[in-house]
Amino acid sequence: MTPISKRSFVKAAGWIALAAAAALAGCGKKEEAAPAAAPAPSAPASAASVAAAKPEPLKVAFIYIGPVGDGGWTFAHDNGRKAVEKEFGDKIATTFVEKVPESADAERVFRDVASQGNKLIFGSTFGYMEPMLKVAADLKDVKFEHATGYKTAENMRTYDSRTYEGAYMAGVVAGGMTKTNVLGVVGSIPIPEVIRNINSFTLGAQSVNPKVKTKVVWVNEWFNPPKETEAAQSLINGGADVLMQNTDSSAVLQTAEKAGKYAFGWDSDMKAYAPNAHLASAVINWGPYYIKAVGDVLDNKWTSGQSWWGVKEGAIDLVSISDKVPAELKAKVDAVKAGLKDGSYVIWKGPIVGSDGKVVLAKDAVADDKFLGGIKFYVKGVEGKVPGEK
Amino acid sequence: MESLALLLAATLNAGTLLALAALGLLINERAGIVNLGAEGMMLVAAVAGFATAFHTGSDWMAFAAGACAGALMAAAFGALVIWFNTNQYATGLALSLFGAGFSAFVGIGYAPEKLSERVRFQIPWLTDIPFLGPALFRQHPMVYLTVALTVALTWFLYRSRAGLVLRAVGESPESAHALGYPVRRIRMAAVMAGGALCGVAGAYVSVIYTPLWVEGMVAGKGWIALALTTFATWRPIRVLLGAYLFGGVTMLQFHLQGEGVQLPSQFLTMLPYLATIVVLVLISRNEGFIRANMPASIGKPFFPGS
Repeated sequence: MTPISKRSFVKAAGWIALAAAAALAGCGKKEEAAPAAAPAPSAPASAASVAAAKPEPLKVAFIYIGPVGDGGWTFAHDNGRKAVEKEFGDKIATTFVEKVPESADAERVFRDVASQGNKLIFGSTFGYMEPMLKVAADLKDVKFEHATGYKTAENMRTYDSRTYEGAYMAGVVAGGMTKTNVLGVVGSIPIPEVIRNINSFTLGAQSVNPKVKTKVVWVNEWFNPPKETEAAQSLINGGADVLMQNTDSSAVLQTAEKAGKYAFGWDSDMKAYAPNAHLASAVINWGPYYIKAVGDVLDNKWTSGQSWWGVKEGAIDLVSISDKVPAELKAKVDAVKAGLKDGSYVIWKGPIVGSDGKVVLAKDAVADDKFLGGIKFYVKGVEGKVPGEK
Repeated sequence: MESLALLLAATLNAGTLLALAALGLLINERAGIVNLGAEGMMLVAAVAGFATAFHTGSDWMAFAAGACAGALMAAAFGALVIWFNTNQYATGLALSLFGAGFSAFVGIGYAPEKLSERVRFQIPWLTDIPFLGPALFRQHPMVYLTVALTVALTWFLYRSRAGLVLRAVGESPESAHALGYPVRRIRMAAVMAGGALCGVAGAYVSVIYTPLWVEGMVAGKGWIALALTTFATWRPIRVLLGAYLFGGVTMLQFHLQGEGVQLPSQFLTMLPYLATIVVLVLISRNEGFIRANMPASIGKPFFPGS
């Protein structure tokens, strides 16, 4: 009996190792994407193969929370990386590492890519804030860029995009397209950013159709396609005929397609997933900011700070508007877009009333970024209360 | 009334997905094998099913592909735990991790794809009955097949000779062996049948429930099915009812949120788990009943001739 169990133990160990290797394949494989990023100072051969006289390219690393194939958040970031490559050509070399969890692993990955000679490192999720701060304090000659956070350091700055502008423009379309006057939003996690998007979506809809109501269902996760489907289905059952979501997959759009309702793409252009249901996609273009950030380092004028880019800077757009949307509604979206671009149109301008009937923004008052960053209430027209609100 | 009917319909849909996987795991466990790899098998089957539906346009081919993928994964697991006597729990966990990574890897090319237009099913005549029509008779055929499967499985386990042998193998493999039954082969067949059903459940996720492929999309349903099997004390009808209960409370909490009910959504999200555990623990709190239904040799390796 002993030989059997010994042999079987070895087998089991081999099996587990194989499984672990396969599970990690996603992570490991991506590091190959940095062939050009390999030339260490001690590797003259590869440096020579580029061009003997040329300066070393600036090495830039992107660390992603999800897989680049998610068709949403991470996909959008990777499109930004590609835009950087296109803009700067062989003056830079980019690498990315995907599926890095918001844990101690992140710190290890930051240190690892820095030790490979990357002088500019982007981190694409809120949860990288603390690990990135820690690494930034140790590696003063590396510049760090952190998406959606609020802490900065001498060599670490933050960037974000005004996704609520996209939500507002989607709302304009939704308000014009709804027949039941009930809109539905599948919310991810009730934080100010997401609540702001729900409110802006509703304000946009009310700007063309004062009768609309928005129902909200929270799944308390960023990514869970079956749950997103269930949430979307329950909104449709409750009478919503135009859906929006702040989650990461295209499940809500697919559910609307199956039920013959309308929905929007989020973060990336999702038109292809649901040709009938898709009304438009509120997308984030990280390209312009990434190009600016890399340019800052190349020109030696990088300074710490915080950026929050929107339609004005080309970071937010509403794209692939469906042919089902009537021309006059499209014209309204274009007018809003043009206004946001030249600064003449302000979304968060009073009077704005909260769902409890109290005025949250007085007439003609314009919300500043601090106000926008702390939104924890629903505006009038959104049903229910923000989870946890008294 | 209308919304209640729709809630019922959504419940059946959500419950079917869990019931399929949980019934598969029940067959395994009745033969004495615990396979913690359900999540991994479902993921691999989900990508196999999606790819098949994408290329052939047929849901039934997709279910077949999902079943094959699940059975193959289960066969690898079965070979290790039954013939090489590896630890069932460790090997199952490895299968789960492997399935997650492997499905992500082979599925890369399918993430940006979409399936052709989905057909909406309804049973003629019955679908026009007020309330019952929209609630019960506009489901995918797999929903009805799952009910039939549950009944068939109950008959098989408690009324057929083969079912008796299967249970005997799970209760006391030594006795079954002494009577001349090929314990290992029977266990292997049970494991593969269980894998095939988990595979059908996986294909149901990616082809019917949420028609798309994205890595990790099963998102924990496999683990819920595993827990469900145990809480339902390995009885097929209870597994089905438990699955409907879980699906129903899940849909109900979303429904309540949409209606603006004043409860924190985090609490509501927890509700399906809580409700299912409480109900199933209550109905099976009789210790004798649990002992009577729990396969006595579950999780234990079997060495013929020892």
